[in-house]
Amino acid sequence: MSNVLEVKGLGKAFRDYGSEFKRFATWFGASVTPRNEHWVLRDISFSVGRGEAVGIVGQNGAGKSTLLKLITRTLMPTEGSVAVHGRIAAILELGMGFNADLTGRQNVYHAAGLMGFSREQIDAAMPDIESFAEIGDYFDEHVRTYSSGMQMRVAFSVATAFRPDILIVDEALSVGDAYFQHKCFKRIKEFREEGTTLLIVSHDSGAVQSMCDRAILLQGGRVFRDGDPVEVMDAYNALIAERENSTMKVERLETGQVQTTSGTLEAVVKDIQIHSMDGERIEFIDVGQDVELRIDVEARADIPRLVLGYMIKDRLGQPVFGTNTFHTKQVVNDVAAGCTLSYVARFKMNLGPGSYSISTALVSTDTHLVDNYEWRDLALIFTVANHSQAHFVGSAWIPPQIDIKSLP
Amino acid sequence: MSELLRAVWRYRHFILSSVKNDLKARFARSRLGAAWMILQPLAQVAIYSVVLSRVMGAKLPGTTNQYAYSIYLMAGMLAWSLFIEVVTRSLTLFVDNGNLMKKIYFPRATLPFIAVGSALVSNIFLFVATILIFTIVGHAPTWAFLWLPLLMAINVAFSLGLGLLLGVINVFVRDVGQVMAVVLQLWFWITPIVYMPTILPSGFGRIIAANPMYYIVSSFQNVLLYGQSPALAPLAWTAAGSVILLAIAFLMFRRAAPEMVDVL
Repeated sequence: MSNVLEVKGLGKAFRDYGSEFKRFATWFGASVTPRNEHWVLRDISFSVGRGEAVGIVGQNGAGKSTLLKLITRTLMPTEGSVAVHGRIAAILELGMGFNADLTGRQNVYHAAGLMGFSREQIDAAMPDIESFAEIGDYFDEHVRTYSSGMQMRVAFSVATAFRPDILIVDEALSVGDAYFQHKCFKRIKEFREEGTTLLIVSHDSGAVQSMCDRAILLQGGRVFRDGDPVEVMDAYNALIAERENSTMKVERLETGQVQTTSGTLEAVVKDIQIHSMDGERIEFIDVGQDVELRIDVEARADIPRLVLGYMIKDRLGQPVFGTNTFHTKQVVNDVAAGCTLSYVARFKMNLGPGSYSISTALVSTDTHLVDNYEWRDLALIFTVANHSQAHFVGSAWIPPQIDIKSLP
Repeated sequence: MSELLRAVWRYRHFILSSVKNDLKARFARSRLGAAWMILQPLAQVAIYSVVLSRVMGAKLPGTTNQYAYSIYLMAGMLAWSLFIEVVTRSLTLFVDNGNLMKKIYFPRATLPFIAVGSALVSNIFLFVATILIFTIVGHAPTWAFLWLPLLMAINVAFSLGLGLLLGVINVFVRDVGQVMAVVLQLWFWITPIVYMPTILPSGFGRIIAANPMYYIVSSFQNVLLYGQSPALAPLAWTAAGSVILLAIAFLMFRRAAPEMVDVL
């Protein structure tokens, strides 16, 4: 297999020399030991073949952006090497270098020139760029009159006007409206079919698993895992879980939501997990999959009457489904201190794809307003992805049986 | 070095369109547009002429034209405006383009070429306007004007060498930019542009002699006002020094380039 990208022993350090004059001296051959060396990446080695789609994942600060900057050559490596065989294009920073006082067309010439293309090559690609952007007469208006979506359209059209050998994409990249977003991903897919290698940066496990045939997990500036996306994403989730345990209920989501726990803590949720029917702990759930929600509750005091409630919420915190053992007539009476109860709720995950959270409540009646032993938001976060069902939208999965008859 | 020049050649379209866009953007939405490129230096010349022509005019030996002092001023200004534009642009070149350099890969060596390109374009406009004014006041161009391309080249070499050197340092030590704003003002007054070196008290001679811009500016004045060839020996020394300075600046730029983005 021919490799388009070879990274060998790559490392990047940001150096602090104390005095800038010492730094200047190093340019002229003086060997000065920096006062402080901060290695952001170290010992990174991997190679990527033609046509591969590789997900680059890692927590914030793991070195993803630095790695990409080294690959695109905006940063120079401190040690090791990056060999790129072919042209590389990144759609991470769309619209960089656009000048508001120039028209869309003039900016296209400029931006494509920045990518190293000649006037003739740009002229040849111009009709394609113009028609892909679909902004009509605005193409010859000043960019300052553009909406941000229009600017994105033009920027994406230029960035992908020439098929690169390696394309770096931020999966969370927003290119405006859904229609254009779709069009962009279609173009990226076409590139891949024609042999372009994709490097996809993402936080979204579902996206990596569906788009990539390999994933590289960075942790602390090193390659932590490199291989099958499913395995790598499991390792990623384990890493996140580890961090969460150590930091205790602070920020859990990248959206900045903070988990809150309240109550007398006479009874607490010790553990909450979702398992597949074969008993494996999972966080990525297929639409319609049978799952078990396992909640272990520990009584820390004598509890006369214990009700467990849980609520599934969508990513915006809107309730999707909630119930409790009061409504299901499964109230447990006289729980002794130190006793642990295991609740297992079996259900079909009839939810649409997306990220969901579960909140739990331990109370004595059907509300938490009388005795609130423990109320815990964002007790568990899981993702539903659609692997097996026909495409649909929305947060509920209501599979229809559609009959079509032609009427006489 | 050849690798650098190859990259620049490959990006020549980008350099050209950047120069063009730069000029366009500078004068976008202004009524007089590109005219400002020449109006500003000419207005300065007009101010000095009005204020100082009585005092200075009589001190210009060997001229018959009543506008001799204005011509002298314009000649000096033509040289100075090129110098100041190249230096100030190079000084903030990397800081201004920091965002771009951090996000997109392109040969960094194109940046100084873009800066010099747009400075040269506006200077050539000013030059044309100067010639036009000379002709109107009855000071027709002479063959000595053919020296000008060489003089401009030496001027650019010196300005770019200095500007680039300081521009690279400015990325790491931002004080340089602030200091230079003051230094350049002082520099203007220790260069004989609005006055003649002959009117200075004897003690100042050494300062003037140590000022490379003196040799460049006086060459412009010799050529444009007196129609004479510039004094060759000092000009040759200045040219050699400028080329060496430029080479050092580019060397430093190449050495600094890998670390520049780290701190931008």
